[in-house]
Amino acid sequence: MSNEHTQAHASEHTGFPWKHVIGLVLSLILTFAALWCVTSFAFSPALIVTVIVILAVVQAFVQLFMFMHITEGSKVWQITAIGFGAFIAFCVVAGTLWIMLFAL
Amino acid sequence: MENIKHFLGNFFVTGEPMIYMADVAIVLVSLGIIFVLTYFKKWKWLWKEWLTTVDAKKIGIMYIIAALLMLFRGGVDALLMRTQLALPNLHFLDSQHYNEIFTTHGTIMILFMAMPFIIGLFNIAVPLQIGARDVAFPFLNAVSFWLFFAGAMLFNLSFVIGGSPDAGWTSYTPLAGKELDPGVGENYYLLGLQIAGIGTLATGVNFFTTIIKMRAPGMSLMKMPMFTWSVLVTSVIIMFAFPVLTVALAMLTIDRLFDAHFFTVAAGGQPMQWANLFWIWGHPEVYIVILPAFGVFSEVIATFSRKKLFGYHAMVFSMVAISVLGFITWVHHFFTMGAGPGVNSFFSLSTMLIAIPTGVKVFNWLFTLNKGKIQFTTAMLWALAFIPNFLIGGLTGVMLAVAPADYQYHNSYFLISHFHYVLIGGTVFAAFAGLTYWWPKMFGHILNERLGKWAFWVFMISFNVCFLPMYLVGLLGMTRRMYTYPAGLGWTSLNLIETIGAFGMGLGFIIMVYNIYWSARYGERDTTGDPWDGRTLEWATTSPAPEYNFAHIPTIQQVDDFYYMKKEGRQKEISKAPYKPIHMPNNSGVPIIMAVFFFIGGFGLVFEWIWMGILGGIGVLACMLYRSFETHDHHYIPVDEIERTEREAGRFS
Ligand code: HEM
Ligand SMILES: [Cu+2]
Repeated sequence: MSNEHTQAHASEHTGFPWKHVIGLVLSLILTFAALWCVTSFAFSPALIVTVIVILAVVQAFVQLFMFMHITEGSKVWQITAIGFGAFIAFCVVAGTLWIMLFAL
Repeated sequence: MENIKHFLGNFFVTGEPMIYMADVAIVLVSLGIIFVLTYFKKWKWLWKEWLTTVDAKKIGIMYIIAALLMLFRGGVDALLMRTQLALPNLHFLDSQHYNEIFTTHGTIMILFMAMPFIIGLFNIAVPLQIGARDVAFPFLNAVSFWLFFAGAMLFNLSFVIGGSPDAGWTSYTPLAGKELDPGVGENYYLLGLQIAGIGTLATGVNFFTTIIKMRAPGMSLMKMPMFTWSVLVTSVIIMFAFPVLTVALAMLTIDRLFDAHFFTVAAGGQPMQWANLFWIWGHPEVYIVILPAFGVFSEVIATFSRKKLFGYHAMVFSMVAISVLGFITWVHHFFTMGAGPGVNSFFSLSTMLIAIPTGVKVFNWLFTLNKGKIQFTTAMLWALAFIPNFLIGGLTGVMLAVAPADYQYHNSYFLISHFHYVLIGGTVFAAFAGLTYWWPKMFGHILNERLGKWAFWVFMISFNVCFLPMYLVGLLGMTRRMYTYPAGLGWTSLNLIETIGAFGMGLGFIIMVYNIYWSARYGERDTTGDPWDGRTLEWATTSPAPEYNFAHIPTIQQVDDFYYMKKEGRQKEISKAPYKPIHMPNNSGVPIIMAVFFFIGGFGLVFEWIWMGILGGIGVLACMLYRSFETHDHHYIPVDEIERTEREAGRFS
């Protein structure tokens, strides 16, 4: 709920946004690590997939904590949002596997 | 010399008289615009008032202007197709040209017409409806608009420079892969959509935050106007669906530009994965364009029935249900791919389930009308016509959802008619209804009702003349995307009728445009700010609304509170002196400049000029960096200026 003062946004932040910079650098490192995994042809496909998934999950957490204010605000909202996101991710991933295997 | 000639011959599209005519028209119109702006010394005004604005109301107007232009472009495409199909064995368009036109028609209508039109309405109505001064991130809002615009312009450039995409708006691989579709056309599709898509994603975040964080005091979620509710739900769908499109487009771009194999069988890729990813986004996308339409109709029907919307809670819950179910139905677009009976049964069932919440909404509108004092204004006519037309589209959708039957209907004109009934009878009717309804709020005058009703009847009847026969011709076996057909199959007369209907819709559009011109000159001015005796907050301020929307943010007590404010005389408090200075964001040139760099980079990648892509990317990053260090991004509107504005509106008290 807002009042007349929070309507427009001022850049009233103080200090250097370390959190954002670290988050950005970490995200870039994790992304390029994944790219390197694939393009270096150094691992077996199974290993590549495992490593990429791990890197992706780590990056998701980096973003949630560094950019997306996961520790702030009302718990109900945060849980609902993450829950819905997890539900969609499950539908997309499980659905795709089910569909694209042409098994059943 | 030969090299240069060869390059230019490929760079500009040559050999087609109609395209030469288009070249001439484009050059003439551009020169004309430049001349008019220079002659009337309007460049500075254009830059200061429009191109750099971060005011949602103005951004909304720009969205709608762009959408109307795209409706014209897509409409011309449609008329070209209908002319080609009017009679058997015509040679008005050849097969390649026909492929290009149905591709640009579909892509433009969904992504560059329907999307900006509804997003334009978001911008115009949502901040006012929730009693806010602007959206949560006004700068980002401008970025969204300019990215959409850059993407749309990039896509539209294709037909004169380099050649149009020709693999359908669905751009299925392997057809859209490099091997079967060399040239730059598909690259235009991929990059144009990518750039516009980033803008849309930001819009989703922006409006979600706006609605969650910036409602007027007292307005709990369950007291919001129904249009705002529909935008909230739509924003959630945008945030979860558009990333899938972004990824899919990026993968196909990498395939085409850098020889990867996500979608080519050659190195173990899966062409069918594209269809899968495309529709994971694509089905939610059709709900992105229909839910706000439902919102518009809910407002219009309640206002002109002079009644509270029937079944508020049921309306909300059915939209939430649709948003969840909409994510688990996507296979119904490729039942025939043969994923297996288990998969098809599941998705058949989930698709049919969506008809239930949709039906709930239809009944709610009907019950709102029931015993209402109905006023047949133009906006209301569009809303009333929506119900039966959308019903036809929805019911045929349920027929298509029956997987075994879909093996017959799939990709026939029956399907074409289904989705035009829901998209035109739903989204386009809503766009016209919303435009008529909120026009006074946008421009301070009312669109002429007589011309509006003419446009409505001509368009609505022609729409049915055009699309009803398509169900029949589809059942008679005519498939989509065929550029001509032989005589003697029983298709001829139906096709001719369809073409007549199509031109009728064109006529309806012309009447509408004429109405805009006529009403701007002679239309009735709206001095009250509340021409329809409305129920929601956007009608509480002047028409057009001042930059700051409300002198005081109102406090809300119930659903449709403005209706009760008027009864109890509370609405005067909104503009009652004394005032306090109002905090507003500054205009900024960064969004449009950033979009120009996006355009440059996108254009470079289309032609695989990597250096140019990198150049554009550097420009974009530079803009972001510049913005990060911009500290003077807001100002205060002083009290005397507010006083002056309110006094001019006759509201100062
Ligand atoms: C009762 C609700 C609906 C049902 C059950 C339904 C069902 C379907 C099915 C099964 C198909 C695929 C048919 C085929 O390819 O053979 C389809 C296609 C389509 N539907 Fe719907 N639909 C519904 C509502 C909508 C709405 C509200 C929209 C948009 C506003 C929409 C837009 C489309 C489009 C654009 C296509 C075709 C895309 C293409 O292949 O190019 N539908 N629908
Ligand atoms: Cu669908």
